Amino acid sequence: MKRYSSFAIVREAFRNHSGWKKAWESPIPKKKYDVVIVGAGGHGLATAYYLGKNHGITNVAVLEKGWLGGGNTGRNTTIIRSNYLQDPSAAIYEKSRSLYENLSQDLNYNLMFSPRGVMMLAQTEHEVRGYKRTAMANALQGVPTEYISPEKVKELCPIINISGPRYPVLGALWQARGGTARHDAVAWGYARKCSDMGMHILQQKEVTSIISKNGRIGGVATTGGDILCDKLCIVVAGHSGALAEMGGFRLPLESVALQALVSEPIKPVMDVVVMANTVHGYMSQSDKGEMVIGGGADGYNNYTQRGSFHHIEETVRSLVETFPMISRLKMLRQWGGIVDMTGDRSPIISKTPLENCFINCGWGTGGFKAIPGSGWATAEMVASGEAGPLASPFSLNRFKEGRFIDESVAAGVAH
Amino acid sequence: MLLLNCPYCNLSCEETEFQAGGQAHLKRQSVGSSDQEFESYLFARKNPKGVHFERWQHVNGCGKWFHIARSTVTLEIFGSYSAQTLSPPKQIRVNINKKLPEWRWESSK
Amino acid sequence: MSSRIPGHGGLVNSSKPLTFQFNGKELEGFQGDTLASALLANNQLLIGRSFKYHRPRGLVASGAEEPNGLVGLGEANSFEPNARATTTELFDGLVSCSQNHWPSLEFDIGYVNNYLSSLLPAGFYYKTFIHPRPAWKYIFEPIIRKSAGLGKPTKGKDPDKYEHFYAYVDVLIVGGGISGLYSAKVAAKSGARVLLIEQTPHLGGQASIDNPLIDQGSIAKWITELTKELEGMNNVTIKARTVGVGVYDHGYSLAYERLTDHELNLNGSRHRLWKIRAKQIITATGAIERPLSFANNDVPGVMLASAVRNYLTNYGVSIGDRTVVVTNNDDAYRTAISLKNAGLSVPLIIDSRPSGAGELAKTARDLGIRIENGKAISIVHGKDRVKGISLCDQVGSGTVLEEISCDAVAMSGGWSPVVHLWSHCGGKLNWDNELCAFRPDTQLPPTGVNGLACLSVVGSANGDLLIDDILRVTYEVTLRVIKELGLETNEAPLPSTKGIKENSISAVWKMPYGASTKLKSKTWLDFQNDVKVTDVELAAQEGFESVEHAKRYTTLGMATDQGKLSNINGLAILSESLHKDIPSVGTTTFRPPYSPISMGSIAGEARSELFQPIRKTPMHDWHDKHGAKWEPVGHWLRPYCYVQKGESVKQAVFREVTACRNKVGVLDASTLGKIMVRGKDSGKFLDMIYTNMMSNLKLGKCRYGLICSENGFLIDDGVVARIDENSYLCHTTSGGAENIHSMMEEWLQTEWWDFEVYVTNVTEQFSQITVVGENARRVLEKLGCSKICSDSLPFMGWVDEKVFGVDVRVYRISFSGELSFEISVPSNKGLFLWNEILSLEKEFGITPYGTEALHVMRAEKGFIMIGDETDGTVIPQDLGLDWALSKKKNDYIGKRAHQRLYMSNPERWKLVGLESTDGSVIPEGAYAIGLGENEVGQKVTIGRVTSTYYSPTLKKGIALGLVAYGPDRLGETIQFPTLTNSVVEAKIVSPIFYDPDGFKQNV
Repeated sequence: MKRYSSFAIVREAFRNHSGWKKAWESPIPKKKYDVVIVGAGGHGLATAYYLGKNHGITNVAVLEKGWLGGGNTGRNTTIIRSNYLQDPSAAIYEKSRSLYENLSQDLNYNLMFSPRGVMMLAQTEHEVRGYKRTAMANALQGVPTEYISPEKVKELCPIINISGPRYPVLGALWQARGGTARHDAVAWGYARKCSDMGMHILQQKEVTSIISKNGRIGGVATTGGDILCDKLCIVVAGHSGALAEMGGFRLPLESVALQALVSEPIKPVMDVVVMANTVHGYMSQSDKGEMVIGGGADGYNNYTQRGSFHHIEETVRSLVETFPMISRLKMLRQWGGIVDMTGDRSPIISKTPLENCFINCGWGTGGFKAIPGSGWATAEMVASGEAGPLASPFSLNRFKEGRFIDESVAAGVAH
Repeated sequence: MLLLNCPYCNLSCEETEFQAGGQAHLKRQSVGSSDQEFESYLFARKNPKGVHFERWQHVNGCGKWFHIARSTVTLEIFGSYSAQTLSPPKQIRVNINKKLPEWRWESSK
Repeated sequence: MSSRIPGHGGLVNSSKPLTFQFNGKELEGFQGDTLASALLANNQLLIGRSFKYHRPRGLVASGAEEPNGLVGLGEANSFEPNARATTTELFDGLVSCSQNHWPSLEFDIGYVNNYLSSLLPAGFYYKTFIHPRPAWKYIFEPIIRKSAGLGKPTKGKDPDKYEHFYAYVDVLIVGGGISGLYSAKVAAKSGARVLLIEQTPHLGGQASIDNPLIDQGSIAKWITELTKELEGMNNVTIKARTVGVGVYDHGYSLAYERLTDHELNLNGSRHRLWKIRAKQIITATGAIERPLSFANNDVPGVMLASAVRNYLTNYGVSIGDRTVVVTNNDDAYRTAISLKNAGLSVPLIIDSRPSGAGELAKTARDLGIRIENGKAISIVHGKDRVKGISLCDQVGSGTVLEEISCDAVAMSGGWSPVVHLWSHCGGKLNWDNELCAFRPDTQLPPTGVNGLACLSVVGSANGDLLIDDILRVTYEVTLRVIKELGLETNEAPLPSTKGIKENSISAVWKMPYGASTKLKSKTWLDFQNDVKVTDVELAAQEGFESVEHAKRYTTLGMATDQGKLSNINGLAILSESLHKDIPSVGTTTFRPPYSPISMGSIAGEARSELFQPIRKTPMHDWHDKHGAKWEPVGHWLRPYCYVQKGESVKQAVFREVTACRNKVGVLDASTLGKIMVRGKDSGKFLDMIYTNMMSNLKLGKCRYGLICSENGFLIDDGVVARIDENSYLCHTTSGGAENIHSMMEEWLQTEWWDFEVYVTNVTEQFSQITVVGENARRVLEKLGCSKICSDSLPFMGWVDEKVFGVDVRVYRISFSGELSFEISVPSNKGLFLWNEILSLEKEFGITPYGTEALHVMRAEKGFIMIGDETDGTVIPQDLGLDWALSKKKNDYIGKRAHQRLYMSNPERWKLVGLESTDGSVIPEGAYAIGLGENEVGQKVTIGRVTSTYYSPTLKKGIALGLVAYGPDRLGETIQFPTLTNSVVEAKIVSPIFYDPDGFKQNV
């Protein structure tokens, strides 16, 4: 792999950039791999990467029915934070956040991780209590956060109206080390490194059925022929239900559309990420200058990946109230992503009823921030055959036992 | 913004008048059911790329719950009907088969 | 230079001069100008700087597709960044400025990036700024952020108003060109209700510029007459300055009307957002001309041929004195002809097609214009404006054949139908090789609720470019559409036209075909985002083969014009690089909105006071007048406490608690949920809803009940009163009324529809006033209640009374531990009763109290509060409420859930009281720690505080909490670390701190 650096760019500039190699290869598939991962989104690629890096397993194929990183990895609002209330969530998201800190160096790919700080506004007494509780929990979880005053909110983000007539800002949960990253780059950076380790990223190969024998995985049939494997890991977000059905099991998942939008680019006006859960909106400013805004999800199953206007309307209304200056900005683009929601809105990283078939899904609205941690934990599970300490609370069994991981309790609805 | 037909009002109204209530025709499991049955009742959901039977309430209208059959891919709605049934009425199935001859009703278990 | 041409300009009124400002300069334009045309008339060709290299940029287009002409408009809080000069109507006093440069438009330091451009290829930022790690956050990112972005917004509050309109019509027609107008006529004549919207202030579209013959007359006359006819029909509404921005699920359409942007100080709302439900939608959104890709095609003075023609014909403005026209199709010849006819010089038409154009070429030649077929532009000369071009063969690598001096270049790469609205809602596209463009695939249209087509396309948006085809297809399509509606007409016959026959376009995606890298690295695809041919080629080289990858890697099409000019050209370059044909590489998805719309218009009227409805009790104004500090509870506002002069909030709460404990307090409890459950199966039904038995509740009695979700978690609590044989009044929490009502309806309608039960939410029908304290009974007696002595009204009972002739119901229930009555009264008498009670203030020492005092008192008594002790993960067993889980009942909602493994786990945290050993208040939300860390390095926790207060009654901090094995550990102390590295030690005690024997509520 050709190393990326300023020096390499200067060198290439002298030969019109003709020396840049493919970021990832498009190899001819082998008949059999040690591990096949279905889904070349962030989570699938990260799983492959840590299988190689942490466990020395590189005879790996990552299958993708479309283009790598073309799903939710490239459709989210790029927020990275780990100020979760429940221990299992805080553990995996904090693992993820800390991996993000060094990921650009690790992958030799600038992901533009920007730890500019994330604040979650408290606008009701209920939220105040919820966030104070979260700050307390975070302190014990080793996640540095603090509960800050309205004045501090104003200082960190001067464009917030802290004294709105309906929902004045009463305080906020502040995670200074949260932030954003360039979403596409995460998928591309992992893909490049996986390809470099000799793994096969096979795009435009759709899985059509799962091959199993005596309750044990054998491989997959794809639009490009059968591919055999010792272990299979399904990491396909909203499409998990269909894959599970092929494997003969069902998942507690529903796929719904989540809405997002960006404004036209403007000069920098905010240096932090702000989430306002009472009014259902969150906003940050991208390096390009666009205000990136996330909103609500539909309450019904949907695979259309289209924007829907009434959620946008609700979100923008709330944000105009919270950030009056955005009223004169213009919405440039809106879109929808299909997110997979579980019964307790927490993800699933689990073995399945099919031996040596593993699943990682259900990230709902919070998947992007979890990519490195999720990949790390899933790789550990796939390599050893058993979920490790990060993944084990997220097993499928929890639904049967009633051992839920419910994050909505701290008033946090959106991720 | 979907357009939904409330079978009680017999009116086609905007989605914002309604609230979605998830998969229809679930059979309630209670005391006496196995852990597996109870888990399925609460959490296992059909998530098809295709026809989905679902519950809606005309919450900002007459307040009635009803069922619809809707494609999760094209969003076509094949009809709405009373929530007080255990399976979709024949007419709804006929409507679906007109478009999708291969489709068959499978009760949710 | 660009200048005004006298005698031209159909849209401007040269007798009405207007003054406006650009970058502080006072300039003059005419009524009817756009800001763009007025700037051009003043030779202000340079209008902005590009995003990345800060190259000088001039206008390229004349409409919504303009990528470069973005300006700041207005002043102070009315300032708008990134406004398109081409769609901004000029008015007297308009103030504008250019963006994205420092220190000035003419001299921009950022231009240094242009010299470094070879170091800044597509995606360069992914490959560098990696080391050292902190450098990205502290050095590189701030620099990039500062140089990126376009306009600098105002930070103040928008003074303007915005509004939403709703429209329900038979046919929505988007676009007021000739196909839209004619379609409107056909539809309207059939009797359909028609709404026609047009983004510009004028109807007629491109045809009014090209002026083809129609019905043997001028098109301008035809348009005027047709418009007049339509305006005279009462089933037709025409809205100009209204752009169709999106079509969503089931054909929900959005349009954006700019009401006051075209004048200074117009009254009324600034923008209006139209939400339109049409039975059928017809888009007649036209087509957008594509640029050609040759070196330095971004130099100011290079413009779309149609725009050059538009500025000349409509605004009487020429871009230059000597204009070279370069094209791969016949249409651009019209520009050459118009320029020549206006007396301007056209040294050359460069036609990349070896065989050249048809009839129009003859006309041009007859005018003496030189035409070179099979030729191309090798490179454009000039920096801040065009100085000349080098001519070369279209095939080959660009060897210069001839230098031609000129000060403008009019280019045409063919026309792309505007298919955005068609695509927004799922309509598919076909690549048309003949047209060299994507056009709607009529076999796969966007569909509505019934699965049938809900949108049709006419005019050049459909790929029809000749007037004959345009009108014929419009006629056929519109007839088909109205037939869907059950309508027909023969009163709008097809006009006779004779379009000029044109030779077909030939695809030219780069000029010349074999352009060297040196040329390609100066050939722009996306003008605003600075994406060049070499960038897309590099993306392909590096494996970014899907169009989505290439777009994201290069940022092509991601600028504020959303790729209206660049997408197809970029896609073509990508497919060439991959040696694939265009359709197999695909197209990108079109996302709403078609052109940007203000956030203000999306928010609409709902801002400030109108942001969300506020629910007020009848006593609201009284509270407000008496110092209420408000707390939002759902959509309700409730008094948190009443702050008196010179008092802090804390002091007010303590005063209120003390008053209740020692004298009398009154609370406006009207927000409490009240759900009437009636019918012969009510008891049976409530036995399912509540965990405890309700069917055996005696008439005149009340019972505290719990409601769980089917998943077993406690979701609400409250007192149920048996009103008569078949009716129960269920009290819920203030925030829970709607949910519980809705839950009851849901179970009744969808599971137990055989039950004869009716539920009604009567929360707002009754006001409720709580009178608390040892004097409470005396207060009620003074009001005239006669049946409230402890014999006739024991604890957990109710009676009907009359107070000053008003029917009231008195419940003897207590959430404070004091003797307490809740008086329920019809809401229209709520304030009356409140005032009557308060009139006894002096006599009994009555103090109104708010929610916080309520909370303190209930915590002192160890009563749980939904939302404090519960959070969606807590079951009744955790709270020591096992007594409220009926053992007698076979089933209730949540019963099965409680039987699951984890619900009976003895390690579940249980409710206890907590007292800090030093009397301090334990911090809110604090967790108690156990020993060591868990396997992921988190400190082990063994419990947490759920409510914590200073008790003014007990003069110490008290708390409720959930602690592992808590009830078995009374008397032990546990540690609560705080956020300041200290630890609060707390003793586990009974949760009932005050009056544990319940003596006080029973007086």
